[in-house]
Amino acid sequence: MTTTMKGKQVFDMLKGELASAIVEVQDECLVVKPAKLTEVAGFIKHTQGLEFDYLSSATGIDYPDYFEVVYLFYSLEKNHRFTLRIRCADKADPVAPSLTCLWMGADLQEREIYDLLGIKFSGHPLLKRIFMWEGFEGHPLRKDFKNGF
Amino acid sequence: MVFKTEPFILNLGPIHPSTHGVFRMRVVVDGEVITDIEPVFGYLHRGIEKLAENKTYKQIIPLTDRMDYVAAMNNNLAYAITVEKLAGIEVPERAEYIRVIMSELQRIVSHLIGIGSFFNDMGTFFTPFVYMFTGKEKITDLLEMVSGQRLLHNYMRFGGVSGDLPPEFLPALRKFLREMPPEIDMYDRLLKENEIVLARSKNVGILTREMAINASASGPVLRASGVKRDMRKADPYSVYDRFDFDVPVACNGDCYDRYQVRIEEMRQSIRIIEQAAAGIPEGEVINPVPLRFQPPAGEVYGFIEGSKGELGFHIVSDGSARPYRLHVRAPSLINLTALKNMLTGWKVADVMVIFGSIDICLGEVDR
Repeated sequence: MTTTMKGKQVFDMLKGELASAIVEVQDECLVVKPAKLTEVAGFIKHTQGLEFDYLSSATGIDYPDYFEVVYLFYSLEKNHRFTLRIRCADKADPVAPSLTCLWMGADLQEREIYDLLGIKFSGHPLLKRIFMWEGFEGHPLRKDFKNGF
Repeated sequence: MVFKTEPFILNLGPIHPSTHGVFRMRVVVDGEVITDIEPVFGYLHRGIEKLAENKTYKQIIPLTDRMDYVAAMNNNLAYAITVEKLAGIEVPERAEYIRVIMSELQRIVSHLIGIGSFFNDMGTFFTPFVYMFTGKEKITDLLEMVSGQRLLHNYMRFGGVSGDLPPEFLPALRKFLREMPPEIDMYDRLLKENEIVLARSKNVGILTREMAINASASGPVLRASGVKRDMRKADPYSVYDRFDFDVPVACNGDCYDRYQVRIEEMRQSIRIIEQAAAGIPEGEVINPVPLRFQPPAGEVYGFIEGSKGELGFHIVSDGSARPYRLHVRAPSLINLTALKNMLTGWKVADVMVIFGSIDICLGEVDR
């Protein structure tokens, strides 16, 4: 049975500077400052006892006030899961750090989020549209997207 | 005299018999050897995630059929499980058993097609494919019996399945369970020691264990690289914890291992169906939800072990009749992350063998 780690549990393991990178501790996840995402993700990947070595999925959500990116991690060894979230408050030009430096699996999923929601991932090796064609205007999964047809 | 050489860009697809749909690759070759590739997606993009935001929860079930269209039951199941998790709906015992039987039958269909087209890609033009289709046809008949559809079944509902098994189903299933294992053995016997198959697939397109984990591969691709991970065992959903089955793994991570893992998984699926068919209880098959179905506000991630890997649905609900956001964790797309690493260094003739061994469905890649 895969257990879900509690936000509080993981938060207690973060020390010093990393603890200040957390915006909110939720029941089963942590909300991280976008600028600090790679540090926190690297921490949960490499720390003994957490060892989240598998990035299962990355999803973007368009909320009225911000964009949220949700990352779901598994540890294959420990068989537990955990969720990290980041919120991009700048709706005009949302930018988030790319996790491709830690997990190659983030590659296509971040491209998908960029294509459909328009969140730019800094540090991504090839950030371009994946489903829509080059030259397509707008990002279809945004709530304010109007279909031109 | 010294010849000057330069890299050549070769375009493969999107219309190509071996891309299993409409998939395009820009392959950079140095002579015959591949130095770089860039996959190009989106030729089958129908915007299912956006469409889902404008449909009620029930109306989305037929959309899920159209993702991985050779494994429609699995998609239905993953979506139904997610919404049930969100709304806290109980599923009757009999429906859970029916779901397991359907899901495992569908896994065999998907693997048969996967293996059949893998050998097509290798150049055994349609002979193994037709053998696989004789087996697939029997299952399609069974699935048609319960759902009325041969391809896009649209069978699962929130809280159960759309209808009970017809009386002729279980006898037909028992007949199938007698006939299928020898047939799988025959496929395997015909193919596994074939010299050409061995030469073309052994040690070709190796995906190492570290790379498979790092690239978020799942399903048979991950297990062929030596990672024993199957969501049915790791985090059992439905009633999978009641059945006795093994998770086949291989250690080399080459094309041949991916084929072998699929063959072995079909045998395990048969084992699960045998146990489920023997233990299926009587009773209701659906615990109906109200006509105006509105789950509570919240966020949920539900998953199953689909035939291609971990198939997950991430739903954000605002308490209305339509999802605020629906995201699909599509194993076919994510399994392609490592494609570049698997192809680099191999020759052009190996591209389709390696690509075919991953077994993707473009309906799910592009959604």
